Amino acid sequence: MPELLLELFSEEIPARFQRRAADDLKKAVTNGLVDAGLVYEGAKAFVTPRRLALTVTGLPARSPDTREEKKGPKVGAPQPAIDGFLRAAGLNSIDQAKIESDPKKGDFYVALIEKPGAGAIELLSAMLPKILADFPWAKSMRWGTGTFSWVRPLRAITATFGAENEEPEIIPFATNELQAGQTTYGHRFLAPDAIRVRRFEDYVMALERAKVVLDLDRRKDIIKTDAEQLAFAQGLTVIADEGLLEEVAGLVEWPVVMMGSFDPDFLKLPEEVIIATIRANQKCFCLRDASGKLAPNFIITANTIPTDGGDVITAGNERVIRARLSDAAFFYQGDLASPLEHGLPKLEDMVFHAKLGTQFARVERLVKLAGEIAPQVGADPERAKRAAMLAKADLVTGMVGEFPELQGLMGRYYAAAQGEPADIADAVELHYKPLGPTDKVPTDPVAIAVALADKLDLLTGFWAIDEKPTGSRDPFALRRAALGVIRIISENGLKFPLQVEPDLLAFFHDRLKGTLRDAGARHDLVDAVIAGDSNDILTITQRVEALSALLSSEDGVNLLAGYKRAANILAAEEKKDGKAYGGAVNQDALQLPEETALAFAVDAVHAAVMTHVASDDYKGAMAELGTLRGPVDAFFTAVLVNDADPAVRVNRLNLLARLRDTMHLVADFSKVAG
Amino acid sequence: MTDRKPHMDPRNSFQGLILTLQNYWAEQGCVIMQPYDMQMGAGTFHTATTLRALGPKPWKAAYVQPSRRPKDGRYGENPNRLQHYYQFQVILKPSPPNIQELYLASLAEIGLDASLHDIRFVEDDWESPTLGAWGLGWECWCDGMEVSQFTYFQQVAGFECAPVPGEITYGLERLAMYVQGVENVYDLNYNGREGAEKVTYGDVFLQNEREFSKYNFEAADTEILFRHFKDAEDECKAILTQGAEGNRQTMAVPAYEQVIKASHNFNMLDARGVISVTERQSYILRIRDLAKACGAAWLQTDGGGAEG
Repeated sequence: MPELLLELFSEEIPARFQRRAADDLKKAVTNGLVDAGLVYEGAKAFVTPRRLALTVTGLPARSPDTREEKKGPKVGAPQPAIDGFLRAAGLNSIDQAKIESDPKKGDFYVALIEKPGAGAIELLSAMLPKILADFPWAKSMRWGTGTFSWVRPLRAITATFGAENEEPEIIPFATNELQAGQTTYGHRFLAPDAIRVRRFEDYVMALERAKVVLDLDRRKDIIKTDAEQLAFAQGLTVIADEGLLEEVAGLVEWPVVMMGSFDPDFLKLPEEVIIATIRANQKCFCLRDASGKLAPNFIITANTIPTDGGDVITAGNERVIRARLSDAAFFYQGDLASPLEHGLPKLEDMVFHAKLGTQFARVERLVKLAGEIAPQVGADPERAKRAAMLAKADLVTGMVGEFPELQGLMGRYYAAAQGEPADIADAVELHYKPLGPTDKVPTDPVAIAVALADKLDLLTGFWAIDEKPTGSRDPFALRRAALGVIRIISENGLKFPLQVEPDLLAFFHDRLKGTLRDAGARHDLVDAVIAGDSNDILTITQRVEALSALLSSEDGVNLLAGYKRAANILAAEEKKDGKAYGGAVNQDALQLPEETALAFAVDAVHAAVMTHVASDDYKGAMAELGTLRGPVDAFFTAVLVNDADPAVRVNRLNLLARLRDTMHLVADFSKVAG
Repeated sequence: MTDRKPHMDPRNSFQGLILTLQNYWAEQGCVIMQPYDMQMGAGTFHTATTLRALGPKPWKAAYVQPSRRPKDGRYGENPNRLQHYYQFQVILKPSPPNIQELYLASLAEIGLDASLHDIRFVEDDWESPTLGAWGLGWECWCDGMEVSQFTYFQQVAGFECAPVPGEITYGLERLAMYVQGVENVYDLNYNGREGAEKVTYGDVFLQNEREFSKYNFEAADTEILFRHFKDAEDECKAILTQGAEGNRQTMAVPAYEQVIKASHNFNMLDARGVISVTERQSYILRIRDLAKACGAAWLQTDGGGAEG
């Protein structure tokens, strides 16, 4: 069966757009094919810095003929209705429609629309220009005299269609004065000549000969394997960096890995500084020696096979890295020369947010808040305040100015260097954490106090100026901040009720619900436990755990059934009587032994549950509830609630209400499914 | 690389580098212009780029532009940072289909041969808030070092560029340091001679760097600078008003020179540290408004392709 080969050959596509672009191309073309009635067997897209390619296999040469009946208006319908029908059905005259009879509706028109299939090439030549014109690049541009937009100038288009063993046909279309053809080009430096392409099979082989590895994942594998081998030969290991690997593989068509070195004297710098410098500026990998220490070497991924074996390229990269590390050392020494707090006045010139003042104002708020939080999390308030004061001071250091991603970390180095106690220095680094679901959570009380202060100040601040996240827009990462608060509290087992406005509390609830569900909790149990004013994350989490433990036992399931029955009866009777039950149970009005037994059991359990809840022992509280299963079952077997005697009936309803209220001490069981 | 005398070889000579690039781009049909005779932050401010980028007329030019970045002064003590340095600027409008090949051939001319060196085009988007301009392109890397900026202008002075110019900017000192293999800019051989004949970059510019760093950071009278900024702004508007004749403009270039002045005064004030963060944005916007007005004015001239 025929296959399609499409290649869009351009100037260098930014690495960060490449993988997405390959996916988008595949999606756009295969969707277009299906919409045009062309069913395919397989499709695969590829990307290099200079080309986006797509192969679609198992295509038919034509789309199938289609027949469709379109119902029209009644015979004798007003002329506008008839005209509309003719337009919609593509008919010239009503004589072309047939008339069908329906016993109920009478006679009406039916148009038979027959669409003959079309050649795949014809369909593709209409479809492809539109796909290219509408391509969803994050950023695109014009060039030369054209009006067409692409991520960078498009230089050639290959588009062929044909079956195996056949000379394929070129799909005729053009865009921006570029005519689709079957000519592409090899590696920019190693094999720049034109290549005549027929089908995907010879295309990939020709590119490989012309020093182009078409598949991004294969380029990544080559770089990774070659780098590891080169490192292994020196007794070193490569520091894994998936993001860098993806980027580097997007900068080369023919990866050639080399190793360079730098003066070991630079190893006096914090290793994160060296790694950041080499990674960000040079896009090179760093290495460790057998003992795990950073090695004075790095891995370059060149895009060419140099005629001298790589000496010039290695020496060039070493020169640049030497200059960069010298700069870093200069910043580092400069930063160390003055105490961190000397940077604080400069924070007054640094706007945090137009409506929330400067970074300095923020630090003042953090100091106050961290001091207030400290006693609640077991931290010394003075130490928490000191850590909060230093937390943002590294923002004005030379090193963080150069590498913003080192914020916090440099603060820790500088705080330790000026003799701050370890918990304060650590808190300076860790107060930003956790930055994501897998990032580590601070565990030391001082760090916890500052980390909570940082996030709560952020949240309450943006809530106060009404800059809340909407849909996918969350420019200040407020969701991340709320999730951070939740993780810090629950992973450290902190009793830390959130004192925030109701709307922000609801925002926390939404995040917490997501977190609990992700951890495997049932939706309904989470809903049963979170009430509008629940502000204690730890107890919410504990209640959910205890509730799901109760409901996984047989007693729990039966108790729930009993509860539901009680609640249903109550709801029905309360509606009928137009009043809510909840009055005291009159011991004297209890008639049957099962009734009396339940009344006593509920009383005992109510008191016990109150005690357990007061001490946050939700397991204990649930266990108590579990003991109600027997009396509840017995009650419903023996007792008819709606007794003829109104006093007996009311007393029984009050008893059921007492049961309901007792269970609601732990969770709103009405929200539990089952 | 063509045969040339050792003292003209870009690998020995800073001026050799400039002359080689100049000759190369002259061969490609560029008008070789001389530096604009005003203080400016980058070669992009030269009318040969900013104004000529706008309008329908084709244009090819190359020139060296001394660039002033008062804030980057380091009193001659930093081996890489200067408050005055040279850019070599090429503008090709419309951008030709082989513009990357032309650029790579220019690197080969100055000794950076692609068979020995690793040359890359790494994404870099360019934006000039003061000029109301932006474009997409790359930083060009040679063995891990950025040696040029390559930009397809999409907008200048708030107007779409059609046709689209391609702009190539070489940072000459950095490029020369790389090809000469020196670590300190002041050690660059300027004239390519040896022994007593040799003149270094430091011989030519070290004293300037010290003096201007002191002036820019410590001495420049900020009251005068604020006044000059305002004067340039007022003058720019006045020129545009007086130059307007129906739908034509007769003084677009003189008005634009006032934008260059305002921008340099702003950079000086910034170096003096007297512009706060909040004021900064409003100054940038004031310059951009002038730049936009001048862009509009240029489009009402012959050079800007105005009809009739």
